[in-house]
Amino acid sequence: MTNGTNPSDAPGTETSVTGQEQPADTSAAGGTPTAGGTPAAGGTPAANSVLRDIMSGSWLVSVLSVVVALALGGVLIAAADPDVQATLGYFFARPGDFFIVAWQTVSEAYMALLRGSIFDWEARSLVRAVRPFTESLVAATPLILAGLGIALGFRSGLFNIGGQGQVVLGAMFAGYFGYALGLPPVIHFLFALVMAAVGGAIWAGIAGVLKARTGANEVIVTIMLNSIAGYLLSYLLTQSWFKATSSANPASRTIFDTAALPPLLPDPFRLHLGFVVAILATLFVWWLLERSTLGFEFRAVGENPDAARTAGISVSRVTILVMIIAGALAGLGGAAQVLGTEGKLTGGVAGTIGFDAITVALLGRSRPLGTFLAGLLFGAFKAGGYLMQSQTGTPIDIVLVVQSIIVLLIAAPPLVRTIFRLPTPAKKVAA
Amino acid sequence: MKLELSGITKRFGPLVANRDIDLVVEPGEIHALLGENGAGKSTLMNVIYGLYRPDGGQILIDDRPVTFSGPGDAVAAGIGMVHQHFMLVPVFTVAESLALGYEPTKGMGLLDLASARETVRTISERFGFDIDPDAIIEDLPVGAQQRVEIIKALSRDAEILILDEPTAVLTPQETDELIEIMKQLREQGTSIVFITHKLREVRAVADKITVIRRGAVVGEASPESSESELAGLMVGRDVHLTTDKEPARPQDETFSVEGLTVLDKAGFVVVDDLSFGVRQGEILAVAGVQGNGQTELAEAIIGLREPHSGTISLDGRRLGGDSVKARLASGIGFVPEDRSSDGVIAGFSIRENMILDQYDRPPYASGLALKPAVIREKALEKVEEFDIRLTSIDDPISTLSGGNQQKVVLSRELGRELSLLVASQPTRGLDVGSIEFVHKRIIAERDAGTPCIIVSTELDEVLNLADRIAVMYRGRIVGIVPADTPRDALGLMMAGVPEDEALARVADGSAVTTVSQAAEGDLP
Repeated sequence: MTNGTNPSDAPGTETSVTGQEQPADTSAAGGTPTAGGTPAAGGTPAANSVLRDIMSGSWLVSVLSVVVALALGGVLIAAADPDVQATLGYFFARPGDFFIVAWQTVSEAYMALLRGSIFDWEARSLVRAVRPFTESLVAATPLILAGLGIALGFRSGLFNIGGQGQVVLGAMFAGYFGYALGLPPVIHFLFALVMAAVGGAIWAGIAGVLKARTGANEVIVTIMLNSIAGYLLSYLLTQSWFKATSSANPASRTIFDTAALPPLLPDPFRLHLGFVVAILATLFVWWLLERSTLGFEFRAVGENPDAARTAGISVSRVTILVMIIAGALAGLGGAAQVLGTEGKLTGGVAGTIGFDAITVALLGRSRPLGTFLAGLLFGAFKAGGYLMQSQTGTPIDIVLVVQSIIVLLIAAPPLVRTIFRLPTPAKKVAA
Repeated sequence: MKLELSGITKRFGPLVANRDIDLVVEPGEIHALLGENGAGKSTLMNVIYGLYRPDGGQILIDDRPVTFSGPGDAVAAGIGMVHQHFMLVPVFTVAESLALGYEPTKGMGLLDLASARETVRTISERFGFDIDPDAIIEDLPVGAQQRVEIIKALSRDAEILILDEPTAVLTPQETDELIEIMKQLREQGTSIVFITHKLREVRAVADKITVIRRGAVVGEASPESSESELAGLMVGRDVHLTTDKEPARPQDETFSVEGLTVLDKAGFVVVDDLSFGVRQGEILAVAGVQGNGQTELAEAIIGLREPHSGTISLDGRRLGGDSVKARLASGIGFVPEDRSSDGVIAGFSIRENMILDQYDRPPYASGLALKPAVIREKALEKVEEFDIRLTSIDDPISTLSGGNQQKVVLSRELGRELSLLVASQPTRGLDVGSIEFVHKRIIAERDAGTPCIIVSTELDEVLNLADRIAVMYRGRIVGIVPADTPRDALGLMMAGVPEDEALARVADGSAVTTVSQAAEGDLP
C-alpha cells in the first residue's frame, strides 16, 4: 500500500465529520447524529441515548460477561467432577450418560450457589431459608463500599489499585478505636466509622499527594502501599499494646459492643448497619459525581485533563481529593468487616476485598448503581460459594474462576461483542 | 491516465455520504474538489483509494471499470494519496519512510535502503524538492514532510495524485511552493485531485473545479469564477466572505503586556520580551506562522503558562500569579487553539460543555450543588442564540460537527460579561458558513466594548477581523501594523522580514505571491 500505512485511521478524519454533520440538517437522515454505523432506532432522543448506552456495551457487555463466565464455570465444574469423568470412560458406548451426569452436576452446583446466596428452598424454617440472602448482603457490604472508591478513581482517570491497603487501614483504625476507647453507644460506632474513613483516606491520600506533587504513578504507589499496609497489620498484631493479651493468635482484642454496628435483623441474621452505610455511600457517590461541582471537576479531569486545566480546574487538587474520598470509602469497607461481622482485627480481616472491589467497579462500569449491583452479585458469589462447596463438593475456587473470567471479558468488550454478534458502538465506527 | 467516477454512492447506515457522484479527471489536469467540511469529499477520495467500497456506481480508469478491494489495488492502478494527516513514522528517515509498506529487499531479506535512497534523490531532483534521503522525518518542517508523502506516492508510479486538504498545515509561503510543485507535476503528466475548502488556492491552481455539497455534486466551476460565487455554491446560499463591520471605536486601553517572556519546558525562549496593549472595543489580531510563540502568548494570558518575566495587566490590575480560575472569574474569555484537546470534553454532554469553565459559579451552582434545571434552561437558550444544530443537549459533544462544537465553545465564552476575549484559531477546521457566523459574533463582542485578541495563522481571518495586526516571528513582534497593510507585506513579516523592508519590497513589486495574485480580481 502506498501512503495509507494506517488505513483504519485514514478514512476517519473527515468521515466522522461527514457522519455527524449531515443528519443535523439533512431531512433524509432520520437517525441520531451518532448513527455512523448503527442503524439506531428512531424515536425520542432519550430512548436513543438509552439504546446507545446499551449498544455501546456498557450494561449489556457487563451482563453478558457474567453469563459467559457462568457458562465457562459450568464447563469447569463438569470437567472437575469425578462422576462426569467416569462417564467419559464409556462416552462412545453411551454418550447420553455423560450429558445427563454433566447436566446434573452443573445444575446441582449452581442450584446450591443460588440456595446459598438468595433463597434456600430446602431449608427447614423460614429464617434459614431467608438467611442466605442476608448473608449475601453482608458479604456485599465491604465490596460495595470499596468498589465505590475504586469506581470514583476510574471516573476521574485514576487507577487506584490500592483498595486493599485502604481497606486494611480502615479496618485497623476501626478496630483500634473500637476497643481502645470507651464511648457512649451510637457515638462510639459513629466515631469508629469516621476514624476508619480517615485511615483509608490517609493511605490513599499518600498516593494522591505523591501523584499530584511529583507525578508518581498512582498504580505503582498504591500497589506498594498495599504491601506496606499488609505488613503493618501483621506487625501491629504482634505488638503487645495492640493484640489480645490472652490469645496466642495474631488477633486484636474484641471491640466494645458500643462500637459494633447495630444489627438490622435479630439473631441469627448477621445483617448490620454497614449495609445501610453502603446504600448511603452509593447515593452519596451518585450525587457527588452527577450533581456536585466537585464531581464535575472529577469527571472533567478523568475525561480530558487538558481541557479541564484550560477550564480552570486544578488537576492536582482533584487528584488528591479523589484519592482521599476513594480511600475513605474503602476504609469504611474495612470498618464494615471489623465493626460489622468480625468484631476484631485479624491478619486476614480484609481478605481480598480490595482486589475484588476492582472487579466490582469494572463490572459496574464505574457507575454508582452499577457498582452497587455488581457488589451484590459478588457478595452472592461469596456467600453461595460456601454452600456449593459443602453440599456438592464443588470447590469454592470455581467462584474465583468465574470472577476472573468476568474481569477478562470486561477488559475485552470486543470479545463479548464477537461472541454475541453485537454491533460495534457507533463511536468506534466514526472515530 | 484518465479517471472517471460514475454514479458513486456511499452510505453509512441511514446516512448518504456520497450520492450518485460523477467526476472525470483528465490526464494532466488539476481537478479541485471543493466543499465544506463534512460535504463528503474525503469519503469520495477514500472510495477512489480503495479504503471504502462504494454501495453503487463504478470507477473507470482509462474507460475500463475497476474495483479496488483495498489501497493496494488502487496503488497498483496508479493512484496515490497524500492524506491530510501524514502517515509517516516520526523516527524514520526519509528513505526508510519510502521503503515502508513495500520494503525493497536484496537477497536474504535484507532491506535495500540504497535503492530507496536513490529513488528519493531521483524524484527530489526531478521536481527540485530538496529532500535529503537520510533526514529524520520529525526534524523536517511540515512542508517538507508533505513533500516526502508526495515522493512516496510518486515512487509507486502514481499517475493520479490525491491531495487531501494539503494546505491546511502550510504557511502561505509553503503553500506557494506546493502550488509550484503541483504545476510541475501537471506538466509531467500527472493528474491531481486537489481537495480543499480554501477558495483562494483553488482559483490559483485548478484547471477545473467540482463543488460538492451534502454528498452530491452541485456544480462545476471554472477557475475564473469569483470567490463569492464558489462560496455560494459550496454553502448553498449567498455568503459574505468579508464580514461587514463598523470602524472600531476604541476606548481606554484596559489590557496590556509589558516585557513578557515565556520559556518552554526545555528552557528555550518562546515568547521574547513582548509589549503591547489592547483597547476596549478593538480587535488586535496576532498573525504568524504556527509555532512562533502565539500559542504560548495566549496561554500565558489565561494563566496556563507561567511567564518567566514581565507583567500582564487587566483593568489596571496585575494578573501576576492568578490561577486560570481566577482569571476566568475576572472576565477573560478564552477560546483555546486546539478545540478537541483543550476546548471541549468529548465524552461530556453538550450542556456540560457549555458550563465547562462556569460550572461552579452562579447561576449554575450554589455551594457544592449543581443546578441541573438552570444548566438545562441556559443551554437551550444558547443553542437558540448561537444556532447550534443538534439533536439533544444531552448528547455527547463528540456527536457534533467541528463548526457546531466551536459554536458551543463560543457560546460558553461569549455568553457572559467579558473584560477581555482571547481567541486562538477561532475558525480552524470550520466551513465557510460557520466562519461567517463566528466572525460576526467576535465583531459583536468588540462592538460591545470588549478588548479582543485574535490569534490566527490564516491571513484571510486576520484581515477580516483585525483593527490592528501584530505579526509574530520567533517569539517577537515583528511589527504592529494597521489592518489595511497589504497581504504580501504581512506574508513577508510572518517570515521575519522587518516591517519597513516588507512594505518596501511589496511597493516595488518584488514579493507578490501566487495566491495573492489569484485573488486580485476579487478584491474590492
